[in-house]
Amino acid sequence: MDGPVRVKTLKIDDRDVSGREDETILQVARQNGIFIPTLCFLEGLTPIGACRLCLVEVKGVSRLLPACVTRVEEGMEVYTQTERLQKYRRMVLELLFSERNHICSVCVVNGHCELQSMAQILGMTHVSVPYRFPRLPVDASHERFVVDHNRCILCTRCVRVCDEIEGAHTWDVMGRGIDCRVITDLNQPWGESETCTTCGKCVNVCPTGALFEKGRPVSERMKRRRFLPYLTMMREERR
Amino acid sequence: MTTDELRRMAENSTNGCSQKKHCLKVCVAAGCISAGSDRVLEALKSAIEERGLKDDCEVKGVGCLGLCTAGPLMVVEPEGVMYQGVTEADAPAIVKSLGEKPVERLLCPSDMSFFTKQVKIVLENSGEIDPESIEDYIARDGYVALARVLEEMTPQEVIDEITRSGLRGRGGAGYPTGLKWSTVAKAGGSRKFVICNADEGDPGAFMDRSVLESDPHRVLEGMAIAAYAVGATQGYLYVRAEYPLAVKRLRTAIRQAERMGLLGSNICNTTFSFHVDIRLGAGAFVCGEETALIASIEGKRGQPRPRPPYPAEYGLWGYPTLINNVETFANVPPIIRKGGDWFASIGTEKSKGTKVFALAGRVNNTGLIEVPMGITLREIIFDIGGGIPDGGKFKAVQTGGPSGGCVPEQYLDMPVDYESLAKVGSIMGSGGMIVMDETSCMVDVAKFFMDFCVTESCGKCVPCRVGTAQMYELLQRITSGRATLDDLALLEELCDMVKHTSLCGLGQTAPNPVLSTLQYFREEYLAHIVDKQCPAGVCSIR
Repeated sequence: MDGPVRVKTLKIDDRDVSGREDETILQVARQNGIFIPTLCFLEGLTPIGACRLCLVEVKGVSRLLPACVTRVEEGMEVYTQTERLQKYRRMVLELLFSERNHICSVCVVNGHCELQSMAQILGMTHVSVPYRFPRLPVDASHERFVVDHNRCILCTRCVRVCDEIEGAHTWDVMGRGIDCRVITDLNQPWGESETCTTCGKCVNVCPTGALFEKGRPVSERMKRRRFLPYLTMMREERR
Repeated sequence: MTTDELRRMAENSTNGCSQKKHCLKVCVAAGCISAGSDRVLEALKSAIEERGLKDDCEVKGVGCLGLCTAGPLMVVEPEGVMYQGVTEADAPAIVKSLGEKPVERLLCPSDMSFFTKQVKIVLENSGEIDPESIEDYIARDGYVALARVLEEMTPQEVIDEITRSGLRGRGGAGYPTGLKWSTVAKAGGSRKFVICNADEGDPGAFMDRSVLESDPHRVLEGMAIAAYAVGATQGYLYVRAEYPLAVKRLRTAIRQAERMGLLGSNICNTTFSFHVDIRLGAGAFVCGEETALIASIEGKRGQPRPRPPYPAEYGLWGYPTLINNVETFANVPPIIRKGGDWFASIGTEKSKGTKVFALAGRVNNTGLIEVPMGITLREIIFDIGGGIPDGGKFKAVQTGGPSGGCVPEQYLDMPVDYESLAKVGSIMGSGGMIVMDETSCMVDVAKFFMDFCVTESCGKCVPCRVGTAQMYELLQRITSGRATLDDLALLEELCDMVKHTSLCGLGQTAPNPVLSTLQYFREEYLAHIVDKQCPAGVCSIR
């Protein structure tokens, strides 16, 4: 299948853009400064299309398509900001906020949380569905890090970075549906995990305060993610 | 093994029954076994021995006889006398009556419309052959289609025949089978796979289980033909572990077929090889979704992934993969044997052939039925099903399980096919059919299915994981009389959102039971919310 890479021309929000055939709508949109909201997506990790924030409308397709995994096609007409999409995106956020105990005022990443800023950007002013207030544990058994399930949105970035980049596969998901939870090893306390290398990548990719480092003031709990594009680039160059 | 050899074998055995004067066929599918048919089988055997009739009589276990509600069932051949509700204690009386007047009190009228209105293609061997005997299957033209395909047809001709038949996927969505096959056949690559989806999980549905328990070879033959058509050499049967009997019989069937050279390497002495392995599902409904099923076979967590790429292009371990449902594969051998045109002559314009339904709920004759496409719901429920018990009044019929909807009385005369059911807000689904009468509360029904979706959601995408839980919460409020009209509006908004934003079919169809009951029985919702009453008296409103 090797050969010259084909370039497709398409329209995103009525703007003429072009992308390589192996690029996704999201990639092309970002290159052109068109904003499509995402939460589970992170450059450098395998996209999974799970948060549904990046859904876009494509003319002639009845279903909504996740921009993070949908390849560009010739002549595509993509709409990223229709009223319907904005309503659905706000509802996705409302559902996430109602799912667990997201109380920003007492959160360790208040001010630099992706869930919080996404709510601000998308204009989510209130949560119309009832809060579920589940009782969830906090695991502080690890010497350096803490996992607080109350703030987890199950984006599985930690699972993917640990598996795909660090190669340890300490994290995974257990349970089904609303009872899902991220776990370390076979649901052992993080501090007792035999596979964890304490690299901290999971903490840095976590979009919320679910994973954080001990002993830092809130104002310093910025997530450092520069390593991801760098590692991805290095990996691709070696191929 | 060639077609001639198979024919010769068939002539020599003819059901294994003709050599003896009487043949007693006892249903040994899961339904009748749980009612004690295995003990009846043993009791009949010893009663025959006691009377010294061993040379004249044969007792054999056969597949599902259909009328599960009256089990354990048995048939005495060649008279064709059918008995229902047989117990061990009845065995001596039945054996004594052989060749004389049948036992009156046990008689099951086999001329009732439950039996006469059915058209059997998929189930033609059910209740006729011993599911654990390949000789029985061969006696009923088994593996002839496979041998003929290998001897006389090119893969393209096989696909053309299936396309001509108009067969559509029996798993629920109704995707044209011929088109699916040709897509996989055209996909490039050194390896391809064929998967049989036997992860039947709808509440109240047992079509696939029954087919696998009654006629396992049929499914294997269908898979082998499909493998030849698309160019695959390895197949997987993904069966849920809750079907131990089906798994046991499949294992037996695979072993028997391999021993006779009808599966495995160099099938029928040709260059074609096809190996089948069984993979057990751990009872997750979502694993019926093809991408989740593939992940599960690969040993990963059973979660769907966004499509495209479709499995036909990028499936098991990244190779092109054909996935069809049990019933779809079971339709293949007769289509090859009798021709695509024959199959296309049955059914409606867009839905060909027959469909197996598991008839359950408030209906007199519950059980497994096979009817031609285009039959009306009224015929199914009132003629075949025998109507509503205890003089009840029909209210709705639920088709398609948690992905389907409730069809009310005004559509009883609608033909049953993919398009008609979709038009009224339900789906054909895999074949579950639950009849409801006035004693069912439609809000409660919707809540039941939503509860199912909450527990079966895999948790990957947000709308399905949280949305279904929130919808369940709102339905709970309604059935307990705590809801307001705002809650109803919110429920409708959530239905719309979950339907259009979920990742896979489970989430996209999860709101259907709510949507269809809201469409046809809105007044029941309002009765709960405004009048704080449950018209059917099911919900306890304080």
